[in-house]
Amino acid sequence: MTAAAPTTARKPPLWRNVRVLRFVLQAVFLLAVGGLLLYLVDNVVGNLERLGIPTGFGYLDQPAGFAIPDSDFSSAQSLGDALLVGVQNTLKVSLLGIVLATLLGVAIGVARLSTNWLVRRAAALYVETFRNIPVLVIILFWYLGVVLRLPPIGDAFEISGVTVISNRGLVVPWFDQVGGALLFALIALFGLGAAAAVWAWRGRRFDRTGQPHRRLLWAGGTLLVLLAIGFFATGSPWAVETPERGERSTTGGFRLSPEYAALLIGLALYTASHIAEIVRGSILAVARGQTEAANALGLSGFQRLRLVVLPQAFRISVPPIANQYLNLMKNSSLGIAISYYELTKITRVSIAQQAPAVQAILLLMAIYLLISLAIALVTNLVNRRLSLKGRR
Amino acid sequence: MATQIDALEPLPLPEGPPERRLPPRQWIRENLFGSIFDSVLTVVFGAFLAWAAYRIGKFVFVDADWEIIRRNLTTLMVGSFPRTELWRVWAALFVLAASLGFGAGAVGAQRRREVAEGRAEPAPKGVAARRLAPVVILVSVLLWFSGSLENLLLVLAIAAVGAVSNVVGRRTPRRLERYVPLLVLAGILIAFLIIVAFGGIKWNDWGGFMLTIFLAVGGILLSFPVGVLLALGRRSSLPAVRIVCTAYIELIRGVPLVALLFMGVFMLGFFLPEGVARPDTVVRVLVALVMFTSAYVAEIVRGGLQSVPAAQVEAAQALGLSPYRTTRQIVLPQALRSVIPGLVGQFISLYKDTSLVFIVGLADLLTISENITKQPDFLAQGLIVETLVFASFIYWTGSYWMSRESQRLERRLGLGER
Repeated sequence: MTAAAPTTARKPPLWRNVRVLRFVLQAVFLLAVGGLLLYLVDNVVGNLERLGIPTGFGYLDQPAGFAIPDSDFSSAQSLGDALLVGVQNTLKVSLLGIVLATLLGVAIGVARLSTNWLVRRAAALYVETFRNIPVLVIILFWYLGVVLRLPPIGDAFEISGVTVISNRGLVVPWFDQVGGALLFALIALFGLGAAAAVWAWRGRRFDRTGQPHRRLLWAGGTLLVLLAIGFFATGSPWAVETPERGERSTTGGFRLSPEYAALLIGLALYTASHIAEIVRGSILAVARGQTEAANALGLSGFQRLRLVVLPQAFRISVPPIANQYLNLMKNSSLGIAISYYELTKITRVSIAQQAPAVQAILLLMAIYLLISLAIALVTNLVNRRLSLKGRR
Repeated sequence: MATQIDALEPLPLPEGPPERRLPPRQWIRENLFGSIFDSVLTVVFGAFLAWAAYRIGKFVFVDADWEIIRRNLTTLMVGSFPRTELWRVWAALFVLAASLGFGAGAVGAQRRREVAEGRAEPAPKGVAARRLAPVVILVSVLLWFSGSLENLLLVLAIAAVGAVSNVVGRRTPRRLERYVPLLVLAGILIAFLIIVAFGGIKWNDWGGFMLTIFLAVGGILLSFPVGVLLALGRRSSLPAVRIVCTAYIELIRGVPLVALLFMGVFMLGFFLPEGVARPDTVVRVLVALVMFTSAYVAEIVRGGLQSVPAAQVEAAQALGLSPYRTTRQIVLPQALRSVIPGLVGQFISLYKDTSLVFIVGLADLLTISENITKQPDFLAQGLIVETLVFASFIYWTGSYWMSRESQRLERRLGLGER
């Protein structure tokens, strides 16, 4: 800029030159932010040293000193391993919660637009109730008010051989491995491949002839038949194990702990109310002409919904619903309030067990950020695939 | 030119389709028994709803033991706030009623003028009563639980002050209208000062529903300026500013509030230099809430900024306005007007999210609801259902009321119709 270029135009003075100003402004801003960060980090390091707290992440190798209920984790394992169990538990409740909330939310969202007055009002009542109560209150209510007040194991509700419901949790039949499963796994893998091939074939046939493809039916059927053949051919490697009620506990079956059940129900109910609103909004956003055209073509009410309205509404609703999935995952951190051992609870317990708070919390935030990014990545891919080509 | 435009008759508002009124029998047939499937749904849902209504009604009016709420009502409302200083809370409520009533009056006058000029539809009859219904119900239930004549008289006096200042607010001269928001803010500030200033009230004395309100209002008011700056930063043409602001916003939005509360409670002390007094938990929590909310406010404001047409900025530049004045006088006024409903929505979220301070042990409405079930008189009687239902009721009425108001506002500003 200072280089003397042969020019007749008067150059602006330095303090009015936009390029110089932009550079200076950014430099000042970065210096201020960087200075503040350095100051804070310096304070943290100084404080940690003064208090004799280690500054690194070496603490993760220390033995945890606490056990985690409903897992094989023992107190001799390291704090790092405990965090991994926490990640697992967070994902376990988030993923199932997402599935449940979506099913419930879509059903209620559609019900809000039902032609049946009673169904419409009931759905609205549901949405208005759960949307306006803090999710933590809902979770606490299910935990303290419902699950923990179920009868003790001695007087448990029991549907013989199917479930045992008590204040120690809900036990349902589960599969138990009794034979070699490797061969079965191979057959299952083959079945998946075959199903994909059938799916593609039905799709091509539909493109060629216009006959209904019924891909889901065909591919699903192929998979199920192959799985069944594989199951019996390999000599039934899995058996269904039903829960048996004992004096103090149940044996066999799969046990949903009271904490897990309460957190899952609370998150699903709360998020479903938000998803229902999104679904309703998206359905209303589908142009009226689409519905009218479907009627003119003589589609039935169900066909109109399934073939014309919902696919278009789904496209609109992907980004906001993805946001709700993220919220549900983040809200799973409320498990700490009812001692469900997910990430946050385990971090809290670690801090109580002399893990350095600063590092533990930074790590906690980093892990949540990673999970958020992963969910965002998946939903962005879905969104890109669904969005109309040629728009934007 | 201008006079010509003013002289134009406003266009009549388009009329909606005529309302269809059906005789009851036909209505029932169309809306409840339209087809066999519909009839089955009606019967099944009707039975379920009737059963649920019966169970809930029986619980609320017969089975529940509300004694625990009656005995602890003051604690639920104000926590461990010194009982000798309760007059401060009442005085603050008077000031709030005066300033909010005044603000509502001024807004009402503005609206009536719009109606008179044909720019808006008149509100249907009985709207004011319906709008206030949730608040009236909430206050009546609280009064019923307190059962004290003194409280009833105080509440009536507060309502009277609100009504009077509403009437005064309607007569606000037009040129002073722009100062009304400032006046309301000043009222909130004065109410706050009445509670804390002069007389040894400590931060940690805040508790109960009062703490819930304080955290929500304080959180939104403090995060607003931060959020606006972050939003402007994210849309800045300077890459360094943009990257830093975007990083902050996305970082905060990817992390649950509980993690930030932990940061506030366990880490904030480490950030301060040696020798500086460590702040009270209430302050730490407020800092965490502001850090959290400002990122969300920033995203809402960014939406508003994006809705301002680029031509506005270009026009401002053509007039020779500096970047600062362009932002301050052209962009922000238009952007902020359109984000008000979004901000109300964020405030509702925050109002509900303050319940998370339960996890870090602050004595808010939820924490107290849980704690009072451990009092010797009420221990192990399963009264948690009663207290949580009571807390839910308070959260619900507040949140429902505000979301209704926000929807009205949205309709009025004509948003969502673009």
